[in-house]
Amino acid sequence: MSLLTQDRAAPSAFRRGRRPGELTPGAGLGLGVGVLWLSLLVLLPVAAIVSSAFEDGFAGFWAAVTDAEALAAIRFTVGASLLVTAVNAVVGTLIAWVLVRDRFPGKRVLEVVIDIPFALPTIVAGLVLITLYGPTSPFGVNLVGTRAGVVLALLFVTLPFVVRSVQPVLIDADREVEQAAASLGASGYTIFRRVILPTVLPAVVSGSALSFARALGEFGSVILISANLIGKTQVSSSYILKMIESQDEVAAASVATLLLVVAVVVTVVLDVVQRKAARRG
Amino acid sequence: MTSPTRGLGRTPSRLAAALAAASLLAVAGCSSSSDDNASGTGGGGGDKTIDLVGFAVIQAAYDELAKGFAATDEGEGVKVKGSFGASGAQSRAVIAGQDADLVALSLTPDVTNIADAGLVPEDWDADEHKGIVSDSVVVLAVRKGNPKNITGWDDIVQPGVGIVTADPGTSGAAKWNLLGAYTHGLGENKDKAAGEEFLGKFVKNVVSWNDSGRTATDAFVKGTGDVLISYENEAIAARAAGVELDYVVPETTFLIENPAAVTTSASQAAKDFLEFVKSEEGQKILISKGFRSPYGVQPTEDVEGANDPANPFPDAKIWTVEDLGGWSVVNDELFDKENGLVTKLRGA
Amino acid sequence: MADVLTRPTDPTGPTGPTGASGSGTTTRPAVDPRVRRARRRTTRTAWVLRVVAVGYVLALVALPVASVVQHTFADGLAPVWDVLTSEDFLAALRLTTVVAGIAVVLNTVFGVGTGYLLVRYRFWGRRFLSAVIDLPISISPIVVGVALILVYGTYGWFGGALEDAGLRVIFALPGMVLATVLVSLPLVLREVVPTLEEAGIEQEQAAQSLGANAWQRFWRVTLPTIKWALAYGVALSLARSLGEFGAVRVVSGSVAGESQTLTLYVNDSYQEFGPDAQRQAFAAAFVLMAVAVVLIVVIAALRPKEEKA
Repeated sequence: MSLLTQDRAAPSAFRRGRRPGELTPGAGLGLGVGVLWLSLLVLLPVAAIVSSAFEDGFAGFWAAVTDAEALAAIRFTVGASLLVTAVNAVVGTLIAWVLVRDRFPGKRVLEVVIDIPFALPTIVAGLVLITLYGPTSPFGVNLVGTRAGVVLALLFVTLPFVVRSVQPVLIDADREVEQAAASLGASGYTIFRRVILPTVLPAVVSGSALSFARALGEFGSVILISANLIGKTQVSSSYILKMIESQDEVAAASVATLLLVVAVVVTVVLDVVQRKAARRG
Repeated sequence: MTSPTRGLGRTPSRLAAALAAASLLAVAGCSSSSDDNASGTGGGGGDKTIDLVGFAVIQAAYDELAKGFAATDEGEGVKVKGSFGASGAQSRAVIAGQDADLVALSLTPDVTNIADAGLVPEDWDADEHKGIVSDSVVVLAVRKGNPKNITGWDDIVQPGVGIVTADPGTSGAAKWNLLGAYTHGLGENKDKAAGEEFLGKFVKNVVSWNDSGRTATDAFVKGTGDVLISYENEAIAARAAGVELDYVVPETTFLIENPAAVTTSASQAAKDFLEFVKSEEGQKILISKGFRSPYGVQPTEDVEGANDPANPFPDAKIWTVEDLGGWSVVNDELFDKENGLVTKLRGA
Repeated sequence: MADVLTRPTDPTGPTGPTGASGSGTTTRPAVDPRVRRARRRTTRTAWVLRVVAVGYVLALVALPVASVVQHTFADGLAPVWDVLTSEDFLAALRLTTVVAGIAVVLNTVFGVGTGYLLVRYRFWGRRFLSAVIDLPISISPIVVGVALILVYGTYGWFGGALEDAGLRVIFALPGMVLATVLVSLPLVLREVVPTLEEAGIEQEQAAQSLGANAWQRFWRVTLPTIKWALAYGVALSLARSLGEFGAVRVVSGSVAGESQTLTLYVNDSYQEFGPDAQRQAFAAAFVLMAVAVVLIVVIAALRPKEEKA
């Protein structure tokens, strides 16, 4: 997931007498401004969260995250996010496959529809889901206040991540290997397992990391359908909001820090897995 | 190698992109050309705007009050801009810097906190009604037709009854609701053990602790739980708006008293508005929205949405905060975050 | 129909009936029966996959979206129009556009500038910088809001000092802009960086050797190179900024007509009673949805169509 994929020998700078890639004064100034901006915007606020979490020492942090309500929210959120990510890994790959390798009328429309959850405001996504799967559902399916409802909302907002991650890889994939395998008598399943899967696995993994991080912190789309039942459907972001509104900053910051750590850990793990898979494939 | 030719040969899509961009810019253009400023450094937008910070449930009432005020001499041309949310959260927001000329919150401590922070004059509650502008009582709202046959407090602590209420951490309504339950348990003899026991059963049956009184109503209406504990005026307003629910005024209930105060930076218009709210005309508007008047003003017309519109405010054995020793006692004993009774019961 | 095997490259198989898998094309070279068998199997599998994929997307996205459209216009166009021309709605629309507009401009400048620096130069902390830029996307929007309050709120690290200087951040426009900037921070940069990397430095060097200064190089050479990626990133960033809810919810007082964005308008309206309020919520939601779809179409148009490769 790193922004920079290439770390080769640097391109040259634009001033005579400078080593390749060395900052000119102008570039240095620009970098300084950028770093300042980032500090004000990202680093300081994140630091504030972490420091607030430990305002009462480690004991305060621990008490906050082991509070019954907090624990229930964290457990539910992490569990639901993992489930959703697993589903997305499979279904997302499947959908990407259909988009790339299949041809049927209306495929273009499908492409646009898949992007809707990414561009749609989360609160609108929540409204959209609750209209069809809530008390006014024409099917009589009322998922308000159920864990299934929350999982549904998370599936909705994370749909595009794996799909869009895998798609370019499939597009670029070399079909000749598959054809060779087929002509050697390999079954479709074997072709998938031995040829296609290793190719797309890194993309699946990185898309899953995005999906997990997004699901972990999701708020707007979940808040309507979850009904915030403590111990049942309350998600962590909602708990954090409640704590900040109750002026319990330590509790809010502690759970936020924990979530941050979980997201970072999972992302790093998946990044390692992805790189290993990429190397092998 | 990158292809700067990526865009070539797809003129229709580029056209679509350009059109879309142009239309978005047009929206931005004509909207930002009109005067709009939401960054404040002090109170509202001048003399003719009142920044109202209110608790969730009173929104409709204050919309009407604003209209009524605008029809008066003092109120001509005055605009009321309202922010509504959970009482406790709103109180903290004002302390943290949200613009406010008038605060209308669910319970006195939420205003007292603001006064302690120096943003509301110390003498805000010096009048004979201690700053209270509207009353209500705690009622039990049920599904239309009352399928679970709920007639009072004892029915709702039976196993299998899902209670929907608000969370005392953020909401004022929550505290009133819990007080209603607690005092029912206390009974005539003010038996604290019985009160605690009843409250324990109540807490066990709660399926949904919501951010505010309004979100609690919303959750109930959207299908959660069997009974909603709420303000009488909230139930009335919901029914008047066409929501399908019934409500029961239990035999013993609690008097909800909502305070309002102007802030130290308030304009004269805000002060006039508060006077209007306290006046007979203002009280009549509040009554029409289902509130009871602390000033003794009686309903003269039918109150739409009430169980009996001609007699909207039935009697009951109504407890008050005074009966329990005042807010400081109540807050300490029941709602203290560490040692309060409610905290202990919820953690159990 | 799956075309995994539609390019038969094996000319040495025994001749057999052409077009055996019902591909519908008329002239086809002979196909090895094993390949044909595999192709037929794949076709059935292809159908299953197609149905699953389409069905899933339909049930999850298309149907709910359609039901919202239907719900919005259930009583006809007039009530919706009333909402869309109401004062509160227009104020929310105005505010959303201003906040999103500022955020997109800030992120574009930051994205292009920092992207350029990251790709063209080497300096200590480069990887760290890029990781930090990626961070906000993994953070819950609620946490973003809380973090901003902790730093810029009245009791936050800088809030008190800023307020004394006359600048209110939280509960005011700057706070909302900051929140929106944060949640869409890397979007432009992420799109621009790969293109810059691909483009390489040769053209810029050539320009330099011809006497162009840094600004001219940037404006005349770099920018045109990245323009489609930039447009793509801007569209993504705009979509995200217009739709931000959680972070703004935390830092705004949501005063109708003043500090209430369209997303907050949807939320606040939805939680009120009565058909009027519900209509407001749905009308605003519909507008946001329509804008999102327009942006998606724009984004899709700009996305490099490499399928033809």
